[in-house]
Amino acid sequence: MTANEKLQAGAAVRQDTLYHPVEASYTTKVATKDVSVRYGDKPALNSVSIEIPERAVTAFIGPSGSGKSTFLRSINRMNDTIDNARVSGSILIDGEEVNDRSVDPVILRARVGMVFQKPNPFPKTIYENVAYGPRIHGLAADKDQLDAIVESSLRKAGLWDEVADRLDQPGTSLSGGQQQRLVIARAIAVNPEVILMDEPCSALDPIATARIEELIDELRENYTLIIVTHSMAQAARVSQMTAFFHLGSLVEYGPTEEIFTNPRDQRTQDYITGRFG
Amino acid sequence: MSSPVRIRDAVTERLPQRHRAEQRFQAYGLAAITLAVLFLAVLVGSIFTQSLSAFTAHRLTLPVTLERELVDPRADGSEASLRRGSYNIALQAALQAQFPTVVGLGERRELFGLYSAINASRLLNDVVENPDLVGQTIEFEFPISDDADRYLKGASVSERVTEMNAPLSFSFGDGVARLEAAEPVFAPVSDRLRQAMAESANRDEVAAAAARAAASQTIDADERQILEAEAQRAEARSLRLRERARPGAALQLGPREPSLLVRAGDTVVRLSSIEPGGRAATGEVLLYTEATAQTVASWALWEIETPAATRLVTDRQMVFVRLLEERGLVRNAFNTLLFTNADSREPELAGVRGAFVGTVLTMIITIILAIPVGVGAAIYLEEFAPKNRITSFIEVNINNLAAVPSIVFGLLGLAVFINAFGLPRSTPLLGGMVLALMTLPTVIISSRAALKAVPPSIREAALGVGASRTQAVFHHVLPLAMPGMLTGSIIGLAQALGETAPLLMIGMVAFVADAPSFGFTGFTDPSTVMPVQIFIWSTSAERAFEARTAAAILVLLVLMVLFNAVAIYLRRKYERRW
Repeated sequence: MTANEKLQAGAAVRQDTLYHPVEASYTTKVATKDVSVRYGDKPALNSVSIEIPERAVTAFIGPSGSGKSTFLRSINRMNDTIDNARVSGSILIDGEEVNDRSVDPVILRARVGMVFQKPNPFPKTIYENVAYGPRIHGLAADKDQLDAIVESSLRKAGLWDEVADRLDQPGTSLSGGQQQRLVIARAIAVNPEVILMDEPCSALDPIATARIEELIDELRENYTLIIVTHSMAQAARVSQMTAFFHLGSLVEYGPTEEIFTNPRDQRTQDYITGRFG
Repeated sequence: MSSPVRIRDAVTERLPQRHRAEQRFQAYGLAAITLAVLFLAVLVGSIFTQSLSAFTAHRLTLPVTLERELVDPRADGSEASLRRGSYNIALQAALQAQFPTVVGLGERRELFGLYSAINASRLLNDVVENPDLVGQTIEFEFPISDDADRYLKGASVSERVTEMNAPLSFSFGDGVARLEAAEPVFAPVSDRLRQAMAESANRDEVAAAAARAAASQTIDADERQILEAEAQRAEARSLRLRERARPGAALQLGPREPSLLVRAGDTVVRLSSIEPGGRAATGEVLLYTEATAQTVASWALWEIETPAATRLVTDRQMVFVRLLEERGLVRNAFNTLLFTNADSREPELAGVRGAFVGTVLTMIITIILAIPVGVGAAIYLEEFAPKNRITSFIEVNINNLAAVPSIVFGLLGLAVFINAFGLPRSTPLLGGMVLALMTLPTVIISSRAALKAVPPSIREAALGVGASRTQAVFHHVLPLAMPGMLTGSIIGLAQALGETAPLLMIGMVAFVADAPSFGFTGFTDPSTVMPVQIFIWSTSAERAFEARTAAAILVLLVLMVLFNAVAIYLRRKYERRW
């Protein structure tokens, strides 16, 4: 495929993924109530309550510093790793309290995978990158099972055809877009229920972005996806639900189509039309 | 706002200046590096050239007869009996056999000064190991004394041998001899000596004049007195020399003048007076052999330019050594004793083995203690410890400890390990513990820096797939931090390898004549380490220790280079891209 053809293919994907109808049959996967986060004295998130549907893509949009990444990171308790971060309120996944003392963050993060802004493969082989999660969780009984998990994860991430013959090469030798798909494969290798993506395409070129967006759309079949993005077009293309954050508060939340065509809040209107942010 | 053209002009105008600044900076850098390389080359070069003479040594090989009554006083062949034997007498007899005419007490003392009596205990060990040797004659090899060795290497004495082909007749008296020749055979050498004396007298006169002038200038009475006394001494010396150098009189030679030896066969006479005309001379017989004829056709004039008073080998010892060399009994070979022996008071027997083994054992203790503890502390502080006042207090203190003078750690070792715990002093165990304490801050600080340098995205990636913090650290962060940790640890250990001061306090600056055993018990044997050995040797009076000091420095440098090579190898092996 030439670059031009790729672009056209990406455009075709974009065409048919635009504006997914919101189905009424969605059940709530993640529900939060009055979640606030402070970094030391600095409040970062102010009383966010939201219900995120299962097997759908929910996009968080908003200007920088609006707290959307902070909120995303509190869903799988990645904020625990920041020393002075304090999370209050309740976050329920399938009705189970995430911040409960009895919940081990290790188990939580196996259920809630995460993809970061910058591709961050381990400086190990491609195979090891994907196999690491299943191995530490003991998901594979033997080498054959592990091989199968690695292959299916790479297939789901749409990377198998490109790397099948060089699994023993370092993950860092791949291109940026491939690295990000490798990271997604790594996340789905432990078979999570929810995948959090923190601006997964911000470091990628348009072609790689199109591939990732296509992948997100495919993953929606089996996983609950929450994606933070700065690109309104991307939110419109891939998500079914969209939440708009501003200055640490959730301003507006609803079906993507509604948010983009008929925002209720003036701030949302201003942001999506590019008047600020 | 300036127009684009004006901006371009302004930039162009400053451009040469900027280029010059850049070139200047590069030149400074190049000069600095060149200077550093030059100094390093000079340093290594001078150490190397100084040490060269320590790597070879002259050794005597003599047939030593181990007579039973001498080495086995109880005559039962038991070890206890063999250990009471008089081996030194056997050695003396072997040497005496080479020079049967040497009988006087003083002469014998000079002869036996060619080796150190410690060699007798080496002979004893040989015999105890193999009692069958008793009663036999064995070829025993032992190092010649350091002074004779330096003489043979041409390091301490300058001499000249002239073969003469003019008949010379000897008439021997009581320890003295009169030499007569038909031709003025001694004239050239006596003229030369007279000239040297006259020159020396001139120098003394100049010095005396200078001292007098300085004395008349100074107003300090004490200083004037000192200067005047000096002038008087120089004048007296000059007068004496002029008197002795007078052409008409006989030339008297003393210990402050070059020695003139006349050698015919194995007979050697040291001239004490050359008669005017240079046809006759009298002198002391250094070595007499009856086989020498009364009149010889050819002989050798052996001129030793270094006066006897300023060298450590006597004329007679030089004669002995040269004769032994001619008989093929002296051999110059690689100085294995330097590597197989521990320290000794006798330079020819001193070696670095004790210090080397001590260093290795000490470093083993240091590595065992400092690396795991230091790396563990760094991992805990960097990855797990909560950031609060206690941890920041600990951090500040670790940083301070890295700057504490190393001798303080020695004091700590003395107070805690020796006085409180009662550990044996002067041992590798104790030295290793003290050096580990000294190295710990360096290891902790560099390991923390290495951990900090690992990008946080790696930690997040690991945590994101559900790894526990321990797993994230040990599976991902630690392998990436390993090269940096290794480098820092090696720097700390290399510092410990070259450390003398803290060991001073715990008794490792000691004369240890036995190498610690290279095994488990060696850790509690008294020992010393390489830098301390260098320190001890460098303060020793014997000139031969000078070369040995340089050799020991070289061994330490090689050890250090090996250490760093291992570090670089490990770093390369673990280094990964991220």
